Amino acid sequence: MKSDTDTQTSLPQGLAVPEVRSSTVSAWGVPTEKPVFSVRDLDVYYGKNIALRGINLDIRPRRITAIIGPSGCGKSTLIRCFNRMNELIPSARVSGEVFYHGENIYAPGVDPVVVRRHIGMVFQRPNPFPKSIYDNIAFGARINGYKGDMDELVERSLRRAALWDEVKNQLKNSALDLSGGQQQRLCIARAIAVEPDVILMDEPASALDPIATVHIEDLMQELKQEYSIVIVTHNMQQAARVSDETAFLYTEVDEETSARWGTLVEFGDTSQIFTRPRDKRTEDYVSGRFG
Amino acid sequence: MAVQSNMSDGLGGNAGSTTAGCTLDDRWSGTRMRPGVTLRECRLARTRRWRNRRNTVLVVLAVVLTLIPVVMILFQITQKGIGTMNWEFLTSSEPFSVRRTGGGFLNGLIGTAIMVGLATVVSVPLGILAAVYLVEYGKSNWLAKLIRFFSDVMTGVPSIFVGLFIYTALVLQYGFGGLMGGAALAIIMLPIVVRSTEEMLKLVPTELKDASYALGAAKWQTITRVVLPSAAPGIVTGVMLAVARAAGETAPLILTAFGSLHLTAKLWGVQMQSLTLAIWSGARQPFEAGQARAWAGALELLIIVLVFTVAARLAARRSRISR
Repeated sequence: MKSDTDTQTSLPQGLAVPEVRSSTVSAWGVPTEKPVFSVRDLDVYYGKNIALRGINLDIRPRRITAIIGPSGCGKSTLIRCFNRMNELIPSARVSGEVFYHGENIYAPGVDPVVVRRHIGMVFQRPNPFPKSIYDNIAFGARINGYKGDMDELVERSLRRAALWDEVKNQLKNSALDLSGGQQQRLCIARAIAVEPDVILMDEPASALDPIATVHIEDLMQELKQEYSIVIVTHNMQQAARVSDETAFLYTEVDEETSARWGTLVEFGDTSQIFTRPRDKRTEDYVSGRFG
Repeated sequence: MAVQSNMSDGLGGNAGSTTAGCTLDDRWSGTRMRPGVTLRECRLARTRRWRNRRNTVLVVLAVVLTLIPVVMILFQITQKGIGTMNWEFLTSSEPFSVRRTGGGFLNGLIGTAIMVGLATVVSVPLGILAAVYLVEYGKSNWLAKLIRFFSDVMTGVPSIFVGLFIYTALVLQYGFGGLMGGAALAIIMLPIVVRSTEEMLKLVPTELKDASYALGAAKWQTITRVVLPSAAPGIVTGVMLAVARAAGETAPLILTAFGSLHLTAKLWGVQMQSLTLAIWSGARQPFEAGQARAWAGALELLIIVLVFTVAARLAARRSRISR
């Protein structure tokens, strides 16, 4: 497991990190480290079907939080709640609260566009715009009325995403000519170009080969110095490798109506989830007995 | 001997007869490989081979039959039009007596350009905006369904009806003219632009829109900076095809632009000629000269439409999303 003592030198490790957090009992960080996100009693519906029920968890800053679980348990649905991307699906409905630095992003009067300007997202499949590499990076800055030096911003973002050396001589070329792994790093660069506070990653490496995956994972370790990262992954090894904390989601089935929804089974330190899980279902899942 | 035994052991038996191996198991009509049977020996059943050949011949025949009229039209128009097609034809208007030789269809060419240009300027922005509404806003609400339904109806309406409509709505009051012709062509182009643009916008992947929204783009920014640019080559294709269609229309112009022998750029108050109207009036003449001009005009129009169609294809090839 990665130790993050280097980034949290002021905090003794054992003191700052509560041992175990379940979905119902929220443990709070020490006062110097308020959570970036606090999810309270979150339910998500698609039409009449419930997709997620009763989610409670805290995401801490400058950490990588992994969301794991079997297919169809609502991992992607959950991560899309953090920047109100679910609203783009016409039938989706959210109840409950998601506090971002103490402010409920689902409160009336909060514009989802403003929320998304603070919370970047990287998607499962690399999705660069059919524009040049330069324009891809500059897109977010332009729509947000960035006044600074655009060339400098593009270079800085590409450097942060460890892509600069590979593309510095072809910035005017189409982003679609890059390889899949490069495209995904471009998407990360594009996300960090608008200087967000949090980066959400929805299975960012699932469409990539192992070498490109390693690139992305190294990059995440770099990025967590400055950003809070939430990553959805179906790959348990990846969660164990990269994350500091892990949330395990699982599908519950109502026998009578055969309705299925996702629920948070266990949330805690990655090392604890993988070595000393408290819930039987977590243990079965991380030991590879199913899913 | 093994041939006579139970068919189900075809996999196991070497059967001692490699040449007759395919008859071992009739369930696959001898088209599967089994031990001792090579690919060469394992042939398709005769009836299947025959059917395959017959269908290939039928398909090729259908293509040839379809091509015959197209090729004949191209050939005939080129053959009969090329003789009259010269610099004078391209740069001068019709003579005032149709019996005279010489002259050309410059008045028709300019008229077509003006009217199609007017129609494009009106119908393309309107059509694209309507398509944006259909795909990004209306989706499947009643208004969107209504627009879609009437677009389809409009595409199928005989174009003379459009001419009649403009005749009663505008011409009766303001007289014949290029503006009226342009209005009729705009009505004809509009549904084509709407439906082709809608299809192109639907092809823009949701992932691209998601990427834009996730960067904090508002809906309108996403549409103008991601959706429309991504679909642009396809939209251009649709527009070009609509332009080609409008340039070839005759019926709606009879009742709106009316046709004229004069070269004019006045949009109303005076009748305007179009290439199609010039061809129509030339071809109806009993005089050699008029007919010859009509052939050359047909060649001229053919080339114009061809250029637009080829340009549309090239634009489509550049499209990133439809490849």
